[in-house]
Amino acid sequence: MTSRRAAVLLALPCLLALLALFLAPQALMFESSLGRRSFYGGVVHQWSLDNYRRALEPLYLAILARSLGLALATTLLCLLLAYPVAYWLGRRAPPRARSALLVLVILPFWTSFLVRMYAWIFMLRTEGLVNTALGLAGLGPLNLLYNDAAVLLGQVYGELPFMILPLYASLEKLDPTLLEAAADLGAGPARALWRVTLPLSRAGIVAGSVLVFIPSLGAYLAPDLLGGARTVYMGSLIQSQFAFARDAPFGAALSFLLSLAVLALLVIFRRPLGEAGA
Amino acid sequence: MRGAVELRGLRKAFGDVVAVRDVSLEVRGGEFTTLLGPSGCGKTTLLRMIAGFETPDAGRILISGRDVTARPPYERPVNTVFQQYALFPHRTVAGNVAFGLEMQRRGKAEIAERVGRALETVRLGSLGDRRPSQLSGGQQQRVALARAVVLEPEVLLLDEPMAALDLKLRQEMRVEVKNLQERLGITFVFVTHDQEEALVMSDRIAVMNRGRVEQVGPPEALYDRPRTRFVADFLAVRNLLRATVVSVGSGTAALRTRGGASLHAADDGGFHQGATVWVGIRPERMRLDTGSGDGANALSGTLEDEIYLGDRTDWRVRVGEETLTVAEAGAMARARRRGEAVTVSFPPGAVLRLEEAEGDEP
Repeated sequence: MTSRRAAVLLALPCLLALLALFLAPQALMFESSLGRRSFYGGVVHQWSLDNYRRALEPLYLAILARSLGLALATTLLCLLLAYPVAYWLGRRAPPRARSALLVLVILPFWTSFLVRMYAWIFMLRTEGLVNTALGLAGLGPLNLLYNDAAVLLGQVYGELPFMILPLYASLEKLDPTLLEAAADLGAGPARALWRVTLPLSRAGIVAGSVLVFIPSLGAYLAPDLLGGARTVYMGSLIQSQFAFARDAPFGAALSFLLSLAVLALLVIFRRPLGEAGA
Repeated sequence: MRGAVELRGLRKAFGDVVAVRDVSLEVRGGEFTTLLGPSGCGKTTLLRMIAGFETPDAGRILISGRDVTARPPYERPVNTVFQQYALFPHRTVAGNVAFGLEMQRRGKAEIAERVGRALETVRLGSLGDRRPSQLSGGQQQRVALARAVVLEPEVLLLDEPMAALDLKLRQEMRVEVKNLQERLGITFVFVTHDQEEALVMSDRIAVMNRGRVEQVGPPEALYDRPRTRFVADFLAVRNLLRATVVSVGSGTAALRTRGGASLHAADDGGFHQGATVWVGIRPERMRLDTGSGDGANALSGTLEDEIYLGDRTDWRVRVGEETLTVAEAGAMARARRRGEAVTVSFPPGAVLRLEEAEGDEP
């Protein structure tokens, strides 16, 4: 058997799963996005682009913009918080302790994201942990919950490990003699970080950013549980179209547009992502 | 003096392992000095302390008369050529060479001019736009050299820069690096475990063993007169013999080796009757004869083994309980056979009295 045929055979199960669980549902969703909502919330298969026209109205574009803003802010905050952690884990922490420390990074995954969001509610609400502590100090209470800051907090908290892990991977394999070479050639710590460490961890930065940005764009749980009633993000908008408005075709059009946006981003980031794998 | 390096009582331990023990050494400005020794002798640690990558536990480092012991690497007037070159993979060849100049905030035009000149110096003028990964090992090594010399450091440190090259390229680079040093006139401190490399390139060699400098001197002096058993062994004095001084006469000493052979050695005043000493004899200072042979040292033995090296043959000769190594030029050696009875002869001056280094087992 040639190695090429072996490669196709080995990839086959994965390809089939992708076909059945991703491409087929996307196709079905695209088909219904072209239809029209029936009186009882079903789909009338009568094709038109009306749903897309509606989705591009300013009202919905503003929601998309807010979601993009949330995703961008989440990604940047995650990057800022994760980089020092990943740097310490990959370059400073004693090598023997590293795997144990990495387990700590992914430890939150042992609990459902939903449960962890409720934990944040208990901490942030008016009579919650934080405000109780503030009260003992003679401060507050502050409105910590049901606003955009709370959404951002929940989102950053949830996505942080997805930023730390790829950054760790690229920082850990960074050859320390390159940093010695930088110092030898006159670069102080700040400039060595800027001119050598950052460029050489670019693959990790790109991978982590994509991994954080894309789920944040369609984030649903954190906005729904920690956000105020007035702010709507794409995730909750789509959910409400299927659940409350009973307008599945419009919801499908919105999801399809979101998928397209994600796809466009992946194409843009394809080259650096490829380098990350190399 | 510019480019002089003075090490005073340097000491460095990693945990329980002492890498460098109280090393004091003066490297003269503008000279090519080699730190020579086996792996683990502390030569690289010593170099890294000069560069500033390791902080000594004790002692001072002076460069051009200024104490730099507490200065970080980026504030020292030295540059390093690393063993695996440590080229920046995200920068082009020219970008690598420009890095240090950019750190000094030089102007664009000056950087381009000096980078171009440095690349010419190492004969890589046309490869400035390549990535390091697109270059051969020899070319990468040249980039590493250019990147370091472009800054015109007072001292250039080279950490086994040729270890990763194949033999032929290594031999070419020896000459090239030596020429470069003579042209630039800057101090080179070169680390290697290869005695041939050290002899070819150096103005002075410091032989290191177990964290100490055992002997410092020009290559000829070290080759002709190794002072300790370790230095002799490292510089290919194959015949190292333990002997007792039987008598000391006018200018010569009579010795008896542990294996029972009688030797006469030129006395430098260091032989004392009854003492036990180490002596060494270079294989190429010994001669093989069939028949009885004559002169002060003529030992009868049997040819045991032949090590054919092309231009010469090393014979292992059994003399009583001792096995000596005798070198002969290729053509002569082909006529001999194993098991043949021979006489090994050599002048008393070929017998080198060797000292024990501190820490050596007797």
